[in-house]
Amino acid sequence: MDTWHKVSTVEDIPRLGARVITTTQGDIALFRTADDEVFALRDKCPHKGGPLSQGIVFGKKVACPLHNWNISLEDGNAIAPDVGCAKSYPVKIKDGAVYLTLA
Amino acid sequence: MKKMKLVMVGNGMAGVRTLEELIKLEPDMYDMTVFGSEPYPNYNRIMLSPVLAGEQGIQDIILNDLDWYQENNITLHLNKKVVRIDRSKKIVYAEDGTEAEYDRLLLATGSNPFILPVPGKDLGGVISYRDIQDTNAMIAAAEKYKHAVVIGGGLLGLEAANGLALRGMDVTVVHIMPWLMERQLDQSAAKMLQKSLEAKGLKFMLEAQTQELLGDAQGRVQAIRFKDGSEIPAELLVMAVGIRPNTTLAESAGIHCNRGIVVNDTMQTYDPSIYSVGECVSHRGIAYGLVAPLFEQAKVCANHLARMGIARYQGSVMSTKLKVTGIDLFSAGDFTGNDATDEILMHDAVGGVYKKLVIQADKLIGAVMYGDTKDGSWYFQMIREGKNISEIRDHLMFGQSHLGDIGHQGQTSAAAMPDTMEVCGCNGVCKGTIVKAIKEKGLFTVDDVRKHTKASSSCGSCTGLVEQLLASTVGGAYTPALNATKPMCGCTGLTHEQVRQAITEQKLISIPQVQQTLHWSSPNGCASCRPALNFYVLCAHPRVAQDDPQSRFINERAHANIQKDGTYSVIPRMFGGVTTAKDLRRIADVADKYNIPTVKVTGGQRIDLLGVKKEDLPKVWADLDMPSGHAYAKALRTVKTCVGSEWCRFGVQDSTQMGIDLEQALWKMYAPHKVKIAVSGCPRNCAESGIKDVGIIGVDSGWEMYVGGNGGIKTVVTQFLVKVKTHDEVMEYAAAFLQLYREEARYLDRTVHYIERVGLDYVKQRVVEDAANRRALYDRLMFTLQDEKDPWKKENVNAREFETLSI
Repeated sequence: MDTWHKVSTVEDIPRLGARVITTTQGDIALFRTADDEVFALRDKCPHKGGPLSQGIVFGKKVACPLHNWNISLEDGNAIAPDVGCAKSYPVKIKDGAVYLTLA
Repeated sequence: MKKMKLVMVGNGMAGVRTLEELIKLEPDMYDMTVFGSEPYPNYNRIMLSPVLAGEQGIQDIILNDLDWYQENNITLHLNKKVVRIDRSKKIVYAEDGTEAEYDRLLLATGSNPFILPVPGKDLGGVISYRDIQDTNAMIAAAEKYKHAVVIGGGLLGLEAANGLALRGMDVTVVHIMPWLMERQLDQSAAKMLQKSLEAKGLKFMLEAQTQELLGDAQGRVQAIRFKDGSEIPAELLVMAVGIRPNTTLAESAGIHCNRGIVVNDTMQTYDPSIYSVGECVSHRGIAYGLVAPLFEQAKVCANHLARMGIARYQGSVMSTKLKVTGIDLFSAGDFTGNDATDEILMHDAVGGVYKKLVIQADKLIGAVMYGDTKDGSWYFQMIREGKNISEIRDHLMFGQSHLGDIGHQGQTSAAAMPDTMEVCGCNGVCKGTIVKAIKEKGLFTVDDVRKHTKASSSCGSCTGLVEQLLASTVGGAYTPALNATKPMCGCTGLTHEQVRQAITEQKLISIPQVQQTLHWSSPNGCASCRPALNFYVLCAHPRVAQDDPQSRFINERAHANIQKDGTYSVIPRMFGGVTTAKDLRRIADVADKYNIPTVKVTGGQRIDLLGVKKEDLPKVWADLDMPSGHAYAKALRTVKTCVGSEWCRFGVQDSTQMGIDLEQALWKMYAPHKVKIAVSGCPRNCAESGIKDVGIIGVDSGWEMYVGGNGGIKTVVTQFLVKVKTHDEVMEYAAAFLQLYREEARYLDRTVHYIERVGLDYVKQRVVEDAANRRALYDRLMFTLQDEKDPWKKENVNAREFETLSI
């Protein structure tokens, strides 16, 4: 069984923004969309390792702050024609709390 | 709801581009069926010349492969020619009996080559130059035969001749007119072109009229005979004397045609369910044969098929480039001129450069260039926009020199560069890589090239070179984006100016409100429009509109400048570049306490602490106890000063104090881009005022004020704005100019770009000549700045931005 860690509340993540979670596996970025969906990606752009958590969130995408690669929040894939992938982590929301598993 | 049926007859570039545009707008509105008479999916017809020349294969020029049709659920009938339309039942029939019903029909039947009605035109080896089949026939003939004749000295004929010559044939071009490409070139340029082509081994017979084609016993062409009785051998004869819109099908269905299928500005034919685009169309009496106008038609047509009903096609100005390697030639607009026009002419026969600009009523209406075409795009843009050129007339001929001086070894001519030479110094992209991507991926715009190769996507200094590469690779298909009507971003069709106007007039005070009112196509914009909108609402409604930090780039959210490793740089403000021992001591203590790895003096006379961790930022600011230097923001960065009359033996004005006062008044001012100011105390100009957004130089009798300089990618020297006498006047003029820039520039345009767009005369009118307006601008800026807070002050810091969570 995967372990679900309670990491934040939805409210604690700015809408169209992100928070950084430090973990033993490195930093993970937790994003919140305009519709209050929450996604988690490794906080490292597949291009040059930029911190995705610091990018501008729009739709279900984030623009990396270093060179503006657009990354899909849903699966971590770069939007074509760029190619690359940031690892994506499962997230669930229960009673306004955000749970994350490192699986 | 049942889907409507869209049938397209013709599977060429204009038609398929219409479908692509339609799919972008309304992917699910139609069931789509396409009939193509050729056995290939949509390919890049403009690239037939490189195929003929042996530079590319046919596979390389396919634009939409079969998978594309499948992915978009398009039923594709290849090799099927539609022969009948039943307009009452709304069904089309193909030669083999295949039929398809339609609710909307799109005719994209293209054009047919014109065949001279001379005896022998049906002999073997007599072909036109239109499609892959013709190209293959030419390639095959080149292997077997020696003598080729191309009839027609136009664009297509010359490209065919060049290709055949490269394949080893002995080629003669026969042309009925006194000079080559008479529709695109004047005589002088055409003569230079002919000379270079002759140097490549082509032969020319001008003003030659064809009498008949002579065949051998097997019925293959053998020679061509002219009206004067002379003959030359021709084992391959290519007719490239023009095209005729293919209207056979439309005419047979009773659709009104007149040298093309007649359409209105929405690309609709006289039958309201039938639309038409491409070379088969006659719009306002003109049938277009180059791809750029056809793409514009496609966009308009798709808009109406998607029932958006807002686009209009209003005709195109065309430009031409010849795709013959090593020959640089460009023409656009009306280059012949008449009694009402003036010409500016430059002709260097030895150097092989010829340029002619045709001007009417202070507007550029046409241009022909040979040998040096680097400013072709610039001229073309001015022709299309009808820009008034009186202000720049005296240096118009010398071009824009917009290519930047750095990052590409000073190269300004793409044609002269070897394939291995770097074009984009930021992203390390070579010429060969770009050309390959343009050809193989079918790219037509600078944006396409940016997306696929990254060239010109960072600092942009090589944009001019990339434009040249596009122009020389795809020829007339390349049309530089119209600056005046360029939409803000992919989320809207509106320009920056239209959006700003709506924000002011309709009192839109938040980003979501703008997006809703102006029908943004994406739910919450994109990384490009959101920061712009945030600035626009704040600028239009100061102290009313709320700032949205999530729509700011990270630097303006963290109030520090992000570095490549994710750490930040911190630059405290030092007004006028003047500091104290106390401040320096504190900076040193902070550097020690937070283990700051690098301390550097900046070009703007400040001290930069590099490598600060994000979570340390609020503590670093608190310990520094100095105001934010805004060295991360689209805002006033620095006012650089020299020591001035207080110390300097040459100084005539107190530039240091002037700089401090300017910076005290204007710091915290956000702007469309960063703003740099400098004040020098005498014309020796030690503060480098000549390359700043606002540059001020003290003279004995007062202050000279300059604007629009830039020391970056493209070094631009400031232009003189005004000379004033007093300190207070400097403050007022500087603030008024900057407020004008804030209110009218596009987001991310520096003052140099803004002035380039509106003209310095306009700026002078608003700031210098109109005293009431100057005062009003000044007051508006002061009102805005009254409430701005120092983002480094503890009470203004949003702690959550800097705290991390953990597991």
